[in-house]
Amino acid sequence: MKLAIVLVLLVIGSVLFHFLSPWWFTPLASNWDTIDTTIDVTFWITGAVFIAVNLFMAYAVYRYRHNPKRRAHYEPENKKLEWWLTIITTVGVVAMLAPGLVVWADFVKVPEDADQVEVLGEQWQWSYRFPGEDGKLGAVDARWIGPDNPFGMAPDDPAGADDVLVRSNELHLPLDRPVKLLLRSRDVLHDFAVPQFRVKMDLVPGHVSYVWFTPTRTGKFDVLCMELCGIAHYAMRGYVVVDSNEDFQSWLGEQPTWSEIQGIPPGDAVAGQGQYATCAACHGAQGEGNEALNAPALAGLPDWYIARQLAHYRSGIRGAHPEDTYGQQMAPMANMLPDEQSVRNVTAYLDSLPAAAPASTLPGNPKAGASHYTTCGACHGAQAQGNYALQAPRLAGQQDWYLKRQLDNFRQGIRGSDQRDNYGHQMVLMARALQDEQSVNDLLAYLNTL
Amino acid sequence: MQHVAIADQPDELHDPDTFITKYIWSQDHKVIAIQYGLTAIFVGLVALVLSGLMRLQLGFPDTFDFIDPNAYLQFVTMHGMIMVIYLLTALLLGGFGNYLIPLMIGARDMVFPYMNMLSYWTYLLSVIVLLASFFVPGGPTGAGWTLYPPQAILQGTPGYDWGIILMLASLAIFIVAFTMGGLNYVTTVLQARTRGMTLMRMPLTIWGIFTATVLGLLAFPALLVSAIMMMLDKVIGTSFFMPALVSLGENLDYTGGSPVLFQHLFWFFGHPEVYIVALPAFGMVSDVLATHARKNIFGYRMMVWAIVAIGGLSFIVWAHHMYVSGMHPAFGFFFATTTLIIAVPTALKVYNWVLTLWQGNIHLTVPMLFAIGFIFTFTHGGLTGLFLGNVTIDLPLSDTYFVVAHFHMVMGVSPIMVLFAAIYHWYPLMTGRMFNETLGKLHFWFTFLGTYAIYLPMHYLGFLGVPRRYFAMGSTDFIPESAVSLNASITVSALIVGVSQLFFLYNVFWSMRHGKKAEPNPWHATSLEWQTPDVPPHHGNWGPELPTVYRWAYDYSVPGAPEDYIPQNHPVSAEEGTAGEEEAHA
Repeated sequence: MKLAIVLVLLVIGSVLFHFLSPWWFTPLASNWDTIDTTIDVTFWITGAVFIAVNLFMAYAVYRYRHNPKRRAHYEPENKKLEWWLTIITTVGVVAMLAPGLVVWADFVKVPEDADQVEVLGEQWQWSYRFPGEDGKLGAVDARWIGPDNPFGMAPDDPAGADDVLVRSNELHLPLDRPVKLLLRSRDVLHDFAVPQFRVKMDLVPGHVSYVWFTPTRTGKFDVLCMELCGIAHYAMRGYVVVDSNEDFQSWLGEQPTWSEIQGIPPGDAVAGQGQYATCAACHGAQGEGNEALNAPALAGLPDWYIARQLAHYRSGIRGAHPEDTYGQQMAPMANMLPDEQSVRNVTAYLDSLPAAAPASTLPGNPKAGASHYTTCGACHGAQAQGNYALQAPRLAGQQDWYLKRQLDNFRQGIRGSDQRDNYGHQMVLMARALQDEQSVNDLLAYLNTL
Repeated sequence: MQHVAIADQPDELHDPDTFITKYIWSQDHKVIAIQYGLTAIFVGLVALVLSGLMRLQLGFPDTFDFIDPNAYLQFVTMHGMIMVIYLLTALLLGGFGNYLIPLMIGARDMVFPYMNMLSYWTYLLSVIVLLASFFVPGGPTGAGWTLYPPQAILQGTPGYDWGIILMLASLAIFIVAFTMGGLNYVTTVLQARTRGMTLMRMPLTIWGIFTATVLGLLAFPALLVSAIMMMLDKVIGTSFFMPALVSLGENLDYTGGSPVLFQHLFWFFGHPEVYIVALPAFGMVSDVLATHARKNIFGYRMMVWAIVAIGGLSFIVWAHHMYVSGMHPAFGFFFATTTLIIAVPTALKVYNWVLTLWQGNIHLTVPMLFAIGFIFTFTHGGLTGLFLGNVTIDLPLSDTYFVVAHFHMVMGVSPIMVLFAAIYHWYPLMTGRMFNETLGKLHFWFTFLGTYAIYLPMHYLGFLGVPRRYFAMGSTDFIPESAVSLNASITVSALIVGVSQLFFLYNVFWSMRHGKKAEPNPWHATSLEWQTPDVPPHHGNWGPELPTVYRWAYDYSVPGAPEDYIPQNHPVSAEEGTAGEEEAHA
């Protein structure tokens, strides 16, 4: 009796939960309304079967509960009933499968006029490549990949010269144009998923897969990696911005082509030494940092990292948060560098300075900190030496009070919460794994031993 | 001379007489079954604790410093692998397969008792190797239970060095153990059935275990070769699954391999694995339902053919796990079709279970509660499979919490409901004592309602698009704040369910010594295992003479019979000759 009532209540509760809960698919932003229809068909058919089977069972449990005066009915089989049930089930299955296969046929066949865009996945970031004016993507190969050639562009393929390379996690697409995304991975499996578009597909190294859709509404949508790709899988995020064609074209025009990127001159350390004079007032002549002035060590930091941070200060990605006191001091300083070339010069000079070995200023247990560092080491390296491929700066040799402040800032979203700050956003997610001050001190004590 | 398992034995059996031969190096299928069962339950508890830790992180993110992304992925991976392989497969086949096959078909033991013993000790070795990975540098692998390369063996994944090597080694050892056990189960069912035990008189439990074992013998080799190939990729640098790639900025020497090849091999094993777990559960629940409803299983022959059909079809549906893997999308048509076809025999099984209750005389004992609970959870889990199997719908739902909720309902909660039903049902036979009914009922209500409170809402996280295997959600534009409190409530339910398993553990161990003495056949069941001369059965099971079988296993409430059950070894009397036997085999 109790069981029968509970079964009925579970059925009613499930139905109520469905209608009352606020959780359902996010509003569609692509042409794939047919996928939503297929889901609806399946939902109602399976929902009806769920209700029918369980209510019937609840009734049976109640109606045929044990009664010592009665015996169960003896009926080994009932061919007719079994045939009918087979036929009805088959009809239901066909009713769900048929629309599914019809929609799948659309999914498999890409419209001929679809634009092609390449999505490149790597641990733990997204990049994009457009074919440029010739409409053809240049050849690529994993063996060409290096610090100056993250896409692995083949040096001898002229079709690649005008390819537009977007080394950022933000992809812009024009509204109402079908697009075929060619999916490629540099290292492990990833999956390009935008919930609002409904479709997703894995990126497989050594192979180019694809997915197509037509964006039907403007806006900014999250890209999530949905195939486990290592420790920072959950921090592999990006954005698709759907623009009017006009806005899209102007965005595309601002992105560099492969030949433009190759033409950028390297920094000049001698010129950079002069420009560093202003910085030295706080950061020290040898870039060793100064706790009294809240200035971190710069010597030992890789040039690409300093360049990125300077760019962030200059564009208000960093140092604009009202609670970021010291960042706000730095922002106007960064703006004193007149152009990109002077940034490259300063960083080239800093690159030539020997790394400092600062004293520790925090109480912490390095042994306890070692286990916390496992996750950090995935990007920053086992010896905290940093890794260009992951855009993870060197941590060894940095002043511990500075790292602690940055971890705090990341955790509270004072740093890294600007949507343009891809790597900062990853650090926001990562820093939240460590909540306790003692854990942070232990971690930094461990870093001081490296 | 006839084989010991097949022959009458007028002389005394050479019973083991020392503690070691009786309980440690035992060749008795019943002792081996208990060894398998206890080991599996032990690792299962480890995996249960790991799931609790995962849920703590998901329900209350930014709270626990000892759970970082690295540890979280290790918990996920070890939880999944232990539950699927080392608990479910081992307990259903090594545990219940061992215990029930000889008893239900009227044999004295497995036909290869020595190999049976080796099977257990090899299984134990695989468990030790697996658990050892918690104590090596870098800890256990965190590649996800599917162990997809390239990431499983590359830096950036937890335990990419020692952890993955121990995992692959442990799997290979497990497969050796399974093969020794599996060949035994199949041969015993085919060769050692007693007089009169035709295939179509076997209880469905045996049909389920037998078919599952055949699946395992055909499917596990695919996992074995992929484990060996990945081990070679890792240790000596071959490129079976490894294309040319750049790992964390370093150009590696691999070239030309295919990560998708691994997925095909893995799921060629992995999908039948679902049925390796499900089919024994289908079989056992059928027998529990029939016994406690005092009614024959409805449509026995249809049930047998459904088991065989599901087993066969399970080998041609594997790529439905790979719709978004980057394989040629045209495969989607084929695999969606085969996958939805498999729904037909599966649905028929559900109908027949419910129709077995219809017009029955239902005793709501503890095993029966779990069996009926199983019908509910399995119906739910089976129906959501129709979403994921239908290739189009898989696009938005793949790799979200909908998948997690679906497979936990269908191959987590459901087989575990049956396992509990089976443990309670056969407990009196195994121990000679009854369990405590009140504790059993408490255990049922907490487990049944608690798991539904975990998994029903979890499907809705999946509809939202929340990805699985995420350490934390962070901020997105489509996941509302309310999803965070939903996650917290799921965690609370999960912890309650986890703790409520103490009812079960306490009951099992307390009742072993203090439970009421069980009658020889307390459920008045018809199948042979309850008809042994001693309860619990002694070594050799049957005394000097093997039983003879005269009827199918489901003669419950036969009209005109004095009792509401007629055991299988009960000769057919003249007057009922036309009622039971003829009808069942018409």
